[in-house]
Amino acid sequence: MSAEDVGIIGAGIHPFGRHPGVTGLQMAVAAARAALADAGVSWPEIDFAAGGSDAAGNADTSVAMLGLTGVPFVNVRNGCATGGSALTMAHAMLRAGSADLALVVGFDKHPPGAFNPDPEDWGLGRWYGETGLMLTTQFFAMKIQRYMSEHGISSATLAEVAAKAFRNGALNPNAWRRKPLSAEEILASKMVNHPLTQFMFCSPGEGATALVLARGARLRGSARPPVLLRSVALRTRSFGSFEVFSPSIALESGPSPTAVAAAAAFEAAGIGPADVDVAQVQDTESGAEVINLAETGLCQHGEQEKLIASGATEIGGRLPVNTDGGCLANGEPIGASGLRQVHEVVLQLRGEAGARQVPGRPQVAFTHVYGAPGVSACAVLSR
Amino acid sequence: MNGDSVTPITEGLFTVAGGLVRLIGSQCARCGTVAFPRQFSCPKCTSVEVSERLLARRGTLWSWTIQCFPPKSPPYAADDPGAFEPYGVGYVELPGEVRVEARLTEADPGRLRIGMPMELTLVPAPSGAGGRGQGGRPPVASTARGVVTYAFRPMTEEEQSER
Repeated sequence: MSAEDVGIIGAGIHPFGRHPGVTGLQMAVAAARAALADAGVSWPEIDFAAGGSDAAGNADTSVAMLGLTGVPFVNVRNGCATGGSALTMAHAMLRAGSADLALVVGFDKHPPGAFNPDPEDWGLGRWYGETGLMLTTQFFAMKIQRYMSEHGISSATLAEVAAKAFRNGALNPNAWRRKPLSAEEILASKMVNHPLTQFMFCSPGEGATALVLARGARLRGSARPPVLLRSVALRTRSFGSFEVFSPSIALESGPSPTAVAAAAAFEAAGIGPADVDVAQVQDTESGAEVINLAETGLCQHGEQEKLIASGATEIGGRLPVNTDGGCLANGEPIGASGLRQVHEVVLQLRGEAGARQVPGRPQVAFTHVYGAPGVSACAVLSR
Repeated sequence: MNGDSVTPITEGLFTVAGGLVRLIGSQCARCGTVAFPRQFSCPKCTSVEVSERLLARRGTLWSWTIQCFPPKSPPYAADDPGAFEPYGVGYVELPGEVRVEARLTEADPGRLRIGMPMELTLVPAPSGAGGRGQGGRPPVASTARGVVTYAFRPMTEEEQSER
């Protein structure tokens, strides 16, 4: 371990799902306390904090419950990359030597049903929403529809991705959807946006995750086996990528924010996609997992059809993906999901993932989030 | 639909002349990049030398889906969720210009395929559309006011052979 290393020494989660009567902030505080207890660190020792939610309030309000220590606390609201953005800031503060112990927290609480964003918040005219185009589900459907025709991906593969998510979710006590579903049941469920059916989509939900990061002596002397955060990269979209809420897209194709962020994270870590033993990629719906596997470099475009059918992405496979059930089984509390992914790989690298533990002592993990209007954050971690 | 006596859902999105609808896009004077709706700077080269360009009326279907559930309102303008009918949405590639997102007149997944020829048209806007913040228009159903939006429709075989 070098002096520049930053690591995760504590991880805490509030179960995902529906929690009537519990506010998002209360879930955030529960996750933060769990992470602090896991790290053996007290709240007054934390000298930097960052976090946020999309729809459940300001993260720094949690100091009223955690304790008024005067800690610098930055609120983050960056869509699905909220957690990844908080992690990026904490990583940078620790690397710069501006803090020794940092807490990051992500949480959310959404009502049932699809998200209904206001077009004007996204730089679009009211007409875009009035005419029924302001839906993330349409984007994901049209992206995978095009991808399937270009790369030979079948609907059966989309169903297999969701079936795996619910199988893994059944092994995760913190998951929302814990009932396995067969690929046949998933294919036969109600059509939402062709080619994606109801059980191929995640649902907006509730939950919270927190992590304690450390450097220097606090990392070397940590109570728990530290997990090194080898790199984290955050990117917005480039010209020519196909993104959510786009009234038009360029003919010229450019790399997606996922591809750029993943390449940057791997380069900064000095670790390649082939070295990854366990991965978490954004699975807003089944097609996203398929596409993101290739855009992150974890496989080639078009290889997913055979890769998934071979069982390679199962917990016992060559490249286990979304071992905690991903967004499909955990739901999507926007602010919480990115850190949930990191929480999961921390458990996997420590060997503490219980019934869903990846066998063979995984050494290297990768996480990826993607969200509107074209933002991605990726991280590389190792034991 | 004859377009000369209709009310656009919003100004600046499309124009109707002689019964033919054209989308109003923009083109960068420096790098030629075309965008829709009209932009005032170039998303590719950042130039602000961008001017209006009327886009082609015909193209090919690049991707599509069917919206099978009623979107939440707002932002969707339907005022009778019970009357919801699934509708098609797609990106239509206008050759040499840009891919435009639009509602499709076809909602049968069996009749849509990537690459099929499409043509721009006008359709009635959802019934609550265009009713706020536009010159104090009274809150009357948009269909009664003749409010329309743009859409693409599959071209017939006869139309394709005319090309």
